[in-house]
Amino acid sequence: MRFMVITKATSVSEAGLPPEPEDFETMGAFIQELVDAGVLLAADGLHPSAQGARIYVDGGKKTVVDGPFTETKELIAGYFLVETKSLEECVEWFKRCPTMRVGEGEQTNLEIRRVALAEDFGDQFGEEFTAELRETVEKREATVASRHPAE
Amino acid sequence: MATDTHRAIEAVWRIEAPRLIAGLTRLVHDVGAAEELAQDALVAALEQWPADGVPGNPGAWLMTTARRRAIDRVRRNETLRRKVEQVGRDLDETTPDIAAQVAEDDGIGDDLLRLMFVACHPVLSTEARAALTLRLLGGLTTGEIARAFLTPEATVAQRIVRAKKTLTAARVPFEVPQGDERAARLASVLEVVYLIFNEGYSATAGDDWMRPALCAEALRLGRVLAGLAPSEPEVHGLVALMEIQASRAAARTARGGEPILLADQNRARWDQLLIRRGLAALDRAEVLVEGQPGPYVLQAAIAACHARARRFEDTDWPRIAQLYERLAASVASPVVELNRAVALSMAFGPETGLALLDQLTAVPALHNYHLLPSVRGDFLAKLGRPVEARAEFERAAALTRNERERTLLLNRAADCARLNAAGRAGPQRSPGRPERRRPA
Repeated sequence: MRFMVITKATSVSEAGLPPEPEDFETMGAFIQELVDAGVLLAADGLHPSAQGARIYVDGGKKTVVDGPFTETKELIAGYFLVETKSLEECVEWFKRCPTMRVGEGEQTNLEIRRVALAEDFGDQFGEEFTAELRETVEKREATVASRHPAE
Repeated sequence: MATDTHRAIEAVWRIEAPRLIAGLTRLVHDVGAAEELAQDALVAALEQWPADGVPGNPGAWLMTTARRRAIDRVRRNETLRRKVEQVGRDLDETTPDIAAQVAEDDGIGDDLLRLMFVACHPVLSTEARAALTLRLLGGLTTGEIARAFLTPEATVAQRIVRAKKTLTAARVPFEVPQGDERAARLASVLEVVYLIFNEGYSATAGDDWMRPALCAEALRLGRVLAGLAPSEPEVHGLVALMEIQASRAAARTARGGEPILLADQNRARWDQLLIRRGLAALDRAEVLVEGQPGPYVLQAAIAACHARARRFEDTDWPRIAQLYERLAASVASPVVELNRAVALSMAFGPETGLALLDQLTAVPALHNYHLLPSVRGDFLAKLGRPVEARAEFERAAALTRNERERTLLLNRAADCARLNAAGRAGPQRSPGRPERRRPA
């Protein structure tokens, strides 16, 4: 099962200060542990929301708003993509994740979400996929046939 | 509440078991004894944690418990004492040192690598190696392994017990082989990992979910191995091959379970993350290769050609044909030659492929191999020779054991007959979906 583990922004991460060397080290060690166990697929940290933007969608109208955004706790600060046998195994791994530095009185959390993969839609959307697939294949065959006359 | 703890313990076990068993094997020099000790610690956890809660550092708790039991048992158990004569003496005299030795984190990676080499030792049958590897390094239960391999649980249990006895009897040392032995022993490890992967990859719709889960487990083992033996190009080659093959998992079977050929797969369903990881692993492998690349690196390079092609038409067939040629030189397999013929045909036209196939018809190993006449029929049909093509398709149909494939082949034979009757010697295309053979 693939999971995305999302780290949340804090006043510290939103301030855009470089991490303390020891934080860098402990996080590096944790990431290495995930790599050594063959569990980690990808991981990234995000710059503060000041360097990002949002596209608000209201009906057909789209409005671009530049960061920063104020609701810090709801923002994403980074993610890990891991492959584990179960949600429990993923939880067990991330209970070992070094604690993020936070501002005074601030709380944070790690959010674990299961990644939806193409095969997860196999049954639910099988018919649509197959129909679409057939169409693609037919188009492709027509192209191949016209390009490679069999003589 | 208790079930939650049990699930947590199971998760801890899965994470900690390989390191625990590896560390204990270093202590008692016997895989079987080490696994029993680890199991004892697990039982202790199952008794205590539901009441006391999961400890802050569950791995260390398990190791301490197992170590304490190891010392008890060494003191009590004569058999074990004999097995670990030297260590046993050391334990009685200098217990704290041993404790420190086990507790230290240094070398745990080496221990894992040693454990992998032991579990995949050539003294064991391939099935035994696979079962033992999953058990010791995957933290899988015997029941899970049995379900994954569609084998009765008692058979797997017996296989594991026998394997551990064989290792003890053969006095297989707990070490990473060096020198001349290393290459052959590493090949044995890679073979086991790839076998586990392929077992999962051959799972069909409706199978127990443990079967496809073997792919994920093999990939994980491969990634672990790549970290433990980072200078081995074939390790990265195998990881690359598995990542790229796994990337197609969602695209390779239709809803009813029918396989979808590479040419017809919906490439939008390929997992781009795994492709990226696979290509990166292949890059690492290719940097390390000195002289001729090994079979896993070559197979990964072929898989990468397909992965890089956004559409089937974009496939770099000349390069694939070239890679198959090098693979054929390294493994000398008629099946590889057959795939090379297909690649040559795709790259340079069916007559080039046919020329190579004609050399293969004399190979005894291929006499009853249905894909040879099937591919030959395909080439002949494309060359506008329906009479010969029909004979080949019929021969292939008679040889295949797969019902679905037989129907497909007989349909193609019938198409050839129709075309011939119509007196058309022009372009041959079956009215339905033409069967296409792709290199595996």
